[in-house]
Amino acid sequence: MPKRTDIKKILIIGSGPIVIGQACEFDYSGTQACKALREDGFEVILINSNPATIMTDPQTADRTYIEPITVEFLEKIIQIEKPDAVLPTLGGQTALNTAVKAHEAGIFEKYGVKMIGVNVDSIKKAEDRQLFKKAMQKIGLDMPRSGLAHTIEEAREVLKEIKLPVVVRPSFTLGGTGGGICETMQEFERIAAYGLQLSMTSQILIEESIVGWKEFELEVMRDRKDNVVIICSIENFDPMGVHTGDSITVAPAQTLTDVEYQKMRDASIACIREIGVETGGSNIQFALNPDDGRMIVIEMNPRVSRSSALASKATGFPIAKIAAKLAVGYTLDEIPNDITRMTPASFEPTIDYCVVKIPRFAFEKFPGADATLGTQMKSVGEVMAIGRTFKEAFQKGLRGLEIKAAGFESKKATGDLLKNLKTPNAERFAYLKRALEEGMSLEKIHEITNIDPWFLENLAEIVEFEKELRSATKLGGLSPVFLRRAKEMGFSDIQLGEIFSASETEIREIRKEEGIIPAYKLVDTCAAEFEAFTPYYYSTYEEEDEVKTTSKKKIMILGGGPNRIGQGIEFDYCCCHAAFALKDAGFETIMVNCNPETVSTDYDTSDRLYFEPVTFEDVMNIIDKEKPQGVIVQFGGQTPLNLALALKKAGVPVIGTSPEAIDRAEDRKKFSQLIQKLGLRQPANGNAVTFEEARREASRIGYPVLVRPSYVLGGRAMEIIYDETVLENYMNRMTDVTVDRPILVDQFLEDAKEVDVDMIADGETFVVGGVMEHIEQAGIHSGDSACSLPPYSLSTAVIDEIRRQTAALARELRVIGLMNVQFAVKNNEVYVLEVNPRASRTIPFVSKAIGVPLAKLASQVMAGKKLKELGFTSEIVPDFFSVKEVVLPFVRFRGADILLGPEMKSTGEVMGIDADFSLAFAKAQIAASSSLPLEGTVFVSVKDRDKVAIVPIARLLHEMGFSLASTSGTAKVLGENGIPTEILKKVAEGSPNAMDLVRQGKLALAINTPAGEKPRQDEIRIRTLAVTHGVPCVTTIEGAKASVNGIRSMKEKTMKVNALQDYHKQLKTKKPVYV
Amino acid sequence: MERSKIKKIAVLTLEDGQVFRGSSFGAEGEAYGEVVFNTSMMGYQEILTDPSYKGQMVCMTYPLIGNYGVNKEDMESTRPFLEGFIVKEVSRIYSNWRATEDLGSYLKRNNIVGIEGIDTRRLTKHIREHGAKKGVISTTDFDGKNLVRKAKASAGLEGRDLIKEVTCKKAYDWNATGKYRVAAIDSGIKHNILRNLEARGCQVRVFPATAQAKEISEFKPHGLFLSNGPGDPAALSYIVNTVKELIGTKLPVFGICLGHQILGQVFGGKTFKLKFGHHGGNQPVQDLETGAVLITAQNHGFAVDVDSIPDKNVVLTHVNLNDRTCEGMEHKTLPVFSVQYHPEAAPGPHDAACHFDKFIGMMKKNA
Repeated sequence: MPKRTDIKKILIIGSGPIVIGQACEFDYSGTQACKALREDGFEVILINSNPATIMTDPQTADRTYIEPITVEFLEKIIQIEKPDAVLPTLGGQTALNTAVKAHEAGIFEKYGVKMIGVNVDSIKKAEDRQLFKKAMQKIGLDMPRSGLAHTIEEAREVLKEIKLPVVVRPSFTLGGTGGGICETMQEFERIAAYGLQLSMTSQILIEESIVGWKEFELEVMRDRKDNVVIICSIENFDPMGVHTGDSITVAPAQTLTDVEYQKMRDASIACIREIGVETGGSNIQFALNPDDGRMIVIEMNPRVSRSSALASKATGFPIAKIAAKLAVGYTLDEIPNDITRMTPASFEPTIDYCVVKIPRFAFEKFPGADATLGTQMKSVGEVMAIGRTFKEAFQKGLRGLEIKAAGFESKKATGDLLKNLKTPNAERFAYLKRALEEGMSLEKIHEITNIDPWFLENLAEIVEFEKELRSATKLGGLSPVFLRRAKEMGFSDIQLGEIFSASETEIREIRKEEGIIPAYKLVDTCAAEFEAFTPYYYSTYEEEDEVKTTSKKKIMILGGGPNRIGQGIEFDYCCCHAAFALKDAGFETIMVNCNPETVSTDYDTSDRLYFEPVTFEDVMNIIDKEKPQGVIVQFGGQTPLNLALALKKAGVPVIGTSPEAIDRAEDRKKFSQLIQKLGLRQPANGNAVTFEEARREASRIGYPVLVRPSYVLGGRAMEIIYDETVLENYMNRMTDVTVDRPILVDQFLEDAKEVDVDMIADGETFVVGGVMEHIEQAGIHSGDSACSLPPYSLSTAVIDEIRRQTAALARELRVIGLMNVQFAVKNNEVYVLEVNPRASRTIPFVSKAIGVPLAKLASQVMAGKKLKELGFTSEIVPDFFSVKEVVLPFVRFRGADILLGPEMKSTGEVMGIDADFSLAFAKAQIAASSSLPLEGTVFVSVKDRDKVAIVPIARLLHEMGFSLASTSGTAKVLGENGIPTEILKKVAEGSPNAMDLVRQGKLALAINTPAGEKPRQDEIRIRTLAVTHGVPCVTTIEGAKASVNGIRSMKEKTMKVNALQDYHKQLKTKKPVYV
Repeated sequence: MERSKIKKIAVLTLEDGQVFRGSSFGAEGEAYGEVVFNTSMMGYQEILTDPSYKGQMVCMTYPLIGNYGVNKEDMESTRPFLEGFIVKEVSRIYSNWRATEDLGSYLKRNNIVGIEGIDTRRLTKHIREHGAKKGVISTTDFDGKNLVRKAKASAGLEGRDLIKEVTCKKAYDWNATGKYRVAAIDSGIKHNILRNLEARGCQVRVFPATAQAKEISEFKPHGLFLSNGPGDPAALSYIVNTVKELIGTKLPVFGICLGHQILGQVFGGKTFKLKFGHHGGNQPVQDLETGAVLITAQNHGFAVDVDSIPDKNVVLTHVNLNDRTCEGMEHKTLPVFSVQYHPEAAPGPHDAACHFDKFIGMMKKNA
């Protein structure tokens, strides 16, 4: 049954900005889908507001709409493009929800658009708890036992059936208050009685607790002939109670007999059929009682999910690509398996290695947030590791995580052991190791943690072997046999160095002398049963190496490792672009990365993929094997950059800007000398190791000061400090401070505008990629700021000066490739804040705004091409505006002291494009889910200097029907100008204030331009609260103008949508700007 | 559980001189057999106790084996029949609520020689490229030349009748009652076949492979079942002849694996040896009538050459999508059908369980 012929044009819905729980795995799946469908001759239309994706590259789809993913915008696109079908199963929950809403609004029916891959009934059946329970009961699958009670007597009756432990959930209370887990009869009596009392209907649900059970997932695919296959089974290391996204997970399942596994397989097949997912992938989760094997269905995702991405990378089976093909009518047996070429996709992958996924957390960014793991996902990224044993993969994963652990270590287990074992947290493996080191029995650890004994045994074997190693040193050294065993168990050279009091390089030398080097094995979907053609490798310490190296010119690209706040999809985008461009330029490309969510770890992105941790040891091993002509470290963010000097020292040909130049830009002292040499200006600055030094520097520079540790990305631990007490407190908190890694103390430019510039250079030609003016004042991390390209308020003279300075810096640093500079502009003076001679977070955004793939050009420049040869010699300044806005994860970290500031906290970004700046800004706000309001109350509070400029803005708001509220000073000015205003107190003065308005849900918009410490703190508190309530907040007078004009435009004009390809066409006729 | 730190050396040597050094687990000593690989990620207990592996040493491609131990329920026969067991890493402990024993102890108790700690992927690729090879695992002799000689001298499979070593000594009743009487010829029958028949209301009597047609007829069966089994199907003319006598009486006949290969010969066809066989739980088989794809459990080193069958009433019903070999056939006028794969699974997916229902349907019609 070949593909459908009734469909020619397909609209794919993307997943929008990166948020916790929905990350770049959907760029991976969407990109695969676009490629697969276009390959088959379909015209693909795409909507996605996230510019940092490969999927929104103008080449990926036929027509790309970087527009907010809402029903309104979807309809506008459908009106223009008239697609035959919409495919909503590859863009996560966002795409699925938007499709359901559009269906309910009758839009698909109105325009004759078919939904493919899934239908609305199936989505509802899978997502509505009651419908799902009914469906599972119908096919005879077990769900948690439960019963309702209206009196305490009834509750006791129900408990007789269900038995402790149970979860009590009172009906109709807000957010489930009054419920809880009961392990003892006393707890049950108390919680049940309280719950009955709280419930408006005097009703409680008593459900058996499955916390502590074993958790499994199966990835299932179905085609329209009802063929169903299981792609992968996954077993969670962490038992039920920890969200699967936060769990360490292992593929395939390790502790199931075939009988149990087949029961789960049968249940999965029955489930996908009953829910009615017509074609494509689904993910089904199970809980298993370890005492009697009872199996319960937990939930089903009727779409490609985060686990699908993991399953694809774990097996080599491209789930998203196949899902797209199935959606257009192909059946599994008609699609060839890319990897074996000779066999069809209608089979179940079998693997001959062990895969471990470990989540990466960012609790250090959110001090005060509840750092324990539970049913709500909190991780921001993940690492995947492949090994021939669990032990090897687990240790590889831990060192790939970049949490300053070289493997399975207990250093971070500094708290109470029992407490930290009992309550799952991000450092749980450190505590597990400590427990094992202290000789706690497996039985005891299992009893406390509920982690399966098989996993614990494997951890114990690592600990046991480490002890053997330590005793071996005493006996006179390291025998080759022992060293090999250590490597087989995944010990890193750093770990071994620590054990044997040697350096990493010394261990490496000994190891190589003994011929103990890794062998690279293929990921082939079939456990070597068939010949594989896909060059997807992982390392292990075994006999046979399967890599067939060639004598072609090779360039290796180092990826960014696990996503974290400050280093995410933008860098993966750059790595992918380098691979694409260099492949086109005739090089053989080699990718090294360990992040399963990304496009870079797709087996067809580069010529060879090494799924390995991005550490010195792992990278050097591959370099020894491949001997590339060039290695690119500029594109993967701080991770590969941190390796640059060590690689260069080891004789590796690092191409592009030299590691020394990178160091010159990152080292404060060298940087200051550079600025002085070029006659540029930077905020006054100094270094400090002790508080005394910091105090001296701060008083020399003058408060406020900006303080931060050296060598960090994403502004980790960066703060603006107004007085000595706070400074002392800060210095006390910073522990990792040494003379080599001091605290940097900078003058903070209050009331300045911030500007980001991306430049590309080849040593001869210097071209500005884009000048971006921030909408927030300087002082908020650039990664958390909204910005506009081109600038919306800077004078031509200032922009030209910025261009000149950028080029001067690039020339002096001999930049070959990309460079990002951050400037502050105060009173028309330009200050250089920071120079990063590498790919920046804004490269994808700029590339899309100017229609030039900067990362592609840069990679070719690094490989020796000149910009003149590549035809890019002058800056492009678009006629339209592109606005970037960010998305923050504060909802996930309740209880955290969540303040925006110089430390980056956002997880993702969106882009709004329009010929009109205010409309572009409005679109970006909608896409970031904080739409500009059309009515309601606006809080206005401005500093004295803005009190003239605010008047016309406030008047316009008043005329548009908004009511205004202000603090006394601003209110006075507005009153004098005849604008009625409600007077509020400053936050510190008590109620009523702006925060009350937010809490009462009355505030529609906040305009607050603070100056000085107190107003700034007020502003931060208001903004923080507003952000969590989805209320837009503006902190500059320019931003206020933009917003109010945006509101007016939204009221007066209808917003239009336009494909990226059309914007880019427009740019072809632009007059160039030379530096 | 015993945790010995110093592991005893074991060496696997193939007839072509390939050597794999590892450590011993299970029984010590020396074992010979044809080395094959199995790609199932779970189900080692069923594989160990599958009589079809008589004469073979099985290499598990999944590297971590023994994790869930061995239990009482998942036996496919009374004991392990394979000659040797080859894995990457044996779990030192087991974790499963049904387990009663660890894998190493179980093998030791049943005198099966095992080797762990070798590059099983290298071995698998070698077999894929060079075909199934005779080999020897030894924990006593480490002389390379000697071992190659021993491997070469070992019996191998081609032309070899191993049935007599695995079949029951005399007929026995698997269960006492049932709607349909099924006579099962035991060439090494897996218990899950018997469980499947019993669950569908059959009363099954198991006959030795050497049973005469007359003895079977006396049972007055509603249906005849031909089981799986080890070795070369071409060496089993006595079973072929027995079946020839019974067939053609409108008696429903169902064959699995070796049973399928025997039926191929009953209809005058030939079998041939596959390069390295199909051993695993993920083989895609297409039902040529419906187009549906079944994911099947397979374990065979020989296949039926369907084109060599002169009887044009025999039609090909199922084909392997990986290599297009014959996976099932059916007689157009007689109630006779067979499949090369294992609808009883154990280990493997249950997609093909419907064949048992088909067999029941035939008996129902005939009853």
